[in-house]
Amino acid sequence: MKPNDVILHSVTKAAVVIILTFSIYLFFGGHHNPGGGFIGGLSTASGLVLLYLAFDIETVRTNIPIDFKKVAGFGVLLAIMTGFGSIFFDVPFLSQTFGHFDLPIFGETELATAVLFDVGVALAVIGTAITIILSISEDG
Amino acid sequence: MSLFYVVIFLPFIFAIFVPFIYKLFTPRIHTGWFVFLVPLSVFLFLLQYIPAISKGNTIFYDLPWMPSLGINYTTYIDGLALIFGLLITGVGALVVLYSISYMSKHREALHNFYVYMLLFMGAMLGLVFSDHILVLYVFWELTSISSFLLIAYWYQRKSSRYGAQKSMLITIFGGLAMLAGLIMLSMLTDTYSIREMISKANVISSDSLFLPAMILLLLGAFTKSAQFPFSIWLPDAMEAPTPISAYLHSATMVKAGIYLVARFTPVFGGSSEWFWIVSGIGMITLICGSVTAVNQKDLKALLAYSTISQLGLIMSLLGLGSAAMYFGDGDASTMYAVAVLAALFHLINHSTFKGSLFMVVGIIDHETGTRDIRRLGGLMSLMPVSFTLTIIGSFSMAGLPPFNGFLSKEMFFTGVLTVIKYPVFGMEAFALLVPLIAWVASVFTFIYCMILVLKTFLGKHRPERLDKVAHEATIGMLIPPIILASLVIVIFFFPNVVSHNLLQPALVGILPEFAETGGIDVEIKPWHGWNTELFMTVGVVVFGALMYRYLKKWSLFYGLIPQFLILNNIYNQSLKLMETISLKVTNRYMTGFIRDYLVYIFSFMILVLGVALWLSNDFSFDPSNDASISLYEGGIIFLMAITALSVFFANSRLTAIIAVGALGYLVSLLFVIFRAPDLALTQLVVETVTTALFLLCFRYLPELRKEISRIRFKMTNLGVSIGVGAIVTLMALSVNNHRLFDSISGYFEGAYTLAGAKNIVNAILVDFRGLDTMLEILVLCIAGLGVYTIIKLQLAGREKE
Repeated sequence: MKPNDVILHSVTKAAVVIILTFSIYLFFGGHHNPGGGFIGGLSTASGLVLLYLAFDIETVRTNIPIDFKKVAGFGVLLAIMTGFGSIFFDVPFLSQTFGHFDLPIFGETELATAVLFDVGVALAVIGTAITIILSISEDG
Repeated sequence: MSLFYVVIFLPFIFAIFVPFIYKLFTPRIHTGWFVFLVPLSVFLFLLQYIPAISKGNTIFYDLPWMPSLGINYTTYIDGLALIFGLLITGVGALVVLYSISYMSKHREALHNFYVYMLLFMGAMLGLVFSDHILVLYVFWELTSISSFLLIAYWYQRKSSRYGAQKSMLITIFGGLAMLAGLIMLSMLTDTYSIREMISKANVISSDSLFLPAMILLLLGAFTKSAQFPFSIWLPDAMEAPTPISAYLHSATMVKAGIYLVARFTPVFGGSSEWFWIVSGIGMITLICGSVTAVNQKDLKALLAYSTISQLGLIMSLLGLGSAAMYFGDGDASTMYAVAVLAALFHLINHSTFKGSLFMVVGIIDHETGTRDIRRLGGLMSLMPVSFTLTIIGSFSMAGLPPFNGFLSKEMFFTGVLTVIKYPVFGMEAFALLVPLIAWVASVFTFIYCMILVLKTFLGKHRPERLDKVAHEATIGMLIPPIILASLVIVIFFFPNVVSHNLLQPALVGILPEFAETGGIDVEIKPWHGWNTELFMTVGVVVFGALMYRYLKKWSLFYGLIPQFLILNNIYNQSLKLMETISLKVTNRYMTGFIRDYLVYIFSFMILVLGVALWLSNDFSFDPSNDASISLYEGGIIFLMAITALSVFFANSRLTAIIAVGALGYLVSLLFVIFRAPDLALTQLVVETVTTALFLLCFRYLPELRKEISRIRFKMTNLGVSIGVGAIVTLMALSVNNHRLFDSISGYFEGAYTLAGAKNIVNAILVDFRGLDTMLEILVLCIAGLGVYTIIKLQLAGREKE
């Protein structure tokens, strides 16, 4: 008999949304508060792992058709590219800058190139964590 | 670049083309004919320097190699270098000519043979003409290597490989020692040039490095020139083809050591150590070599030991002659200088007669199929030309008139008798011993020369013992020894031509004091009148003949020499012993267990850090500046200690994993208390993941090996781990009390103005030290891909099975 985990499924659906939101908050809040790319990435990964636990791998894979190895690679690439970006402005490799802009909806907002770099970090962390967990689980 | 260098490097240049020539012309034309042109043309080129050299001039050339390091191929042509240059190319040309008939163009790998040989020739030329010690060393090792290749020319034979390895080990050992000596010399004098070293000889002699430099240098010379106790490689090198034995192991390479000693006599000569070591070792080699040669059954081995003994003779003469520098001026000085002249003269003579003897032995081997004295005999009528050549060579070697060996042997006796007349360096007590050894050695030399002639060519011919039907060799093979043998006679009748043109300029090179007085003018005469030397020679002949007559009776004594005293056995045993010991030692510590290696690593760490801490006296413990410990911190540390200990005493692995996880969470609590929210968050998540992975590993442990047991107690492990813990704690405490500078964290407090971030940690991670983060995510990515690859490859492998 197939075990009926409807409660788990329902809770997961709600929890994953909260976890993902929280991880995005952690990611963007990292600039001024505890958090940042690494934690944000890890908590996103934990949300995804919850999905894998609740449903089976194939189901998740059809709904989120992403190759996480590529995500990891892309993250590293992005981080390195932001480093090269500074070269175009005749400053040393990986120099970051920031500025305050008056955006239509957000009002006065601080934008920093460091966020782009952090995106790379987050993607690399997500990609790596999921790759490791998926490959191990497939092996078992 | 001067033409001189082109000519000197001609052998190297031509060696490149030899394989092509071999491919192109074999088997129509023997490759040796092309090679023959090389030494011949170099020989003819070098002849043009004789007029200038004999007038006492020297010629200087310079070829930049590494000018920024002061390493250039500088050349200083004087009499000594020219003698060697002419010997190398002259004998070289004859040997190549001989090898054309000796080495079959159908069966032998001639391209290898001639490439090695040209390599050797070029190295030897480079060696003798080099004034720069490091360049000299380069060529020195090149002669060792090419000699190694030549000895192992028939590499299919085990004995060839053994001989090659032995000569390689010994000569390279000496070469490296020599390099150390040369470097010491260059440190003392601040120059690489031998000429300049000679001009600074007084600086060297007063320095404490004088003796080490000298001994190291002599190690090089003695190993190369097969002096006692390094002579053992030479008999085994006789596995080489006979042209090679004739060339390398009688006429040229073994004289490289002689050259070195002669070259450095102006630097070291005049000191008692040099005098004692060089002449002493020379004497020992002389007597040992000649005594051993008598007992040989193989003709080439006999010649090898005789070469050793003759080299000892030359070496001892050089040693005795160095006393001339001690006396400076006067009669005694001139008398000792005659010894050096005798050494140089015998050097040339030995090359001529030993070269021809080797060639004759090669002919005998070639035409009868054996070199064993016991199987040969009665070849006189079958091989009359070889017989004549052997007579000339042997009688010259024994020191009989009318051959050049007689002249140099007489001068040798004059040299050793000088010691009695003018004793130096505490020689008085041993003065009589020197001529006695020389005389006894000469008697033995006479005996083995007689063996060589009489046992091979006289007696009864027994064709049934030979593999081939004995007959005279072809004319091509006979011409080179005939040329050498005629030189033996020509030099006897006109010794002063050689002496004036070559020997005396060379003498000035070895003993520079005589340069001012214009050298010594010694007329080499075959007839001195009835002097002591002549009576000694008569005694040698009489005693030698008598001892040869009763050879069978007293040669039994050779069997009484204990086995462990034979140098060869010592060499073999020590080589074997070294191998066994190093194998045992290696097996003892290279156990293959990671546990043992970890013990080494950690013990080493404890040792190094502990000794450093103890010696530097830097340990300090001063809690006055430390913050106070709150209840929370103390409590968490206490809990951490308990969880950490419980890992050791856990009965099952599961408990240990859980305990490690708990430890991680406690650490993250500690981060919270120490106000590191980012760290706490990260630690929490990472700890969860690692614990999950641990559990995964635990889950998949193979059934068979699954053992739920406590960690076994081992005293070493306990000692090492306590030691590491203690040392790290001590280091941390000391470091805490050695803060030399203020922290740079003040800079990062301006993160908001500098990077627009209020989170300092994150600002450091992505902005101030973004490069670290970038590489860390790369590490992470590689780890992920690594896990993926390992698992996928494993799966693929499983499917294949």
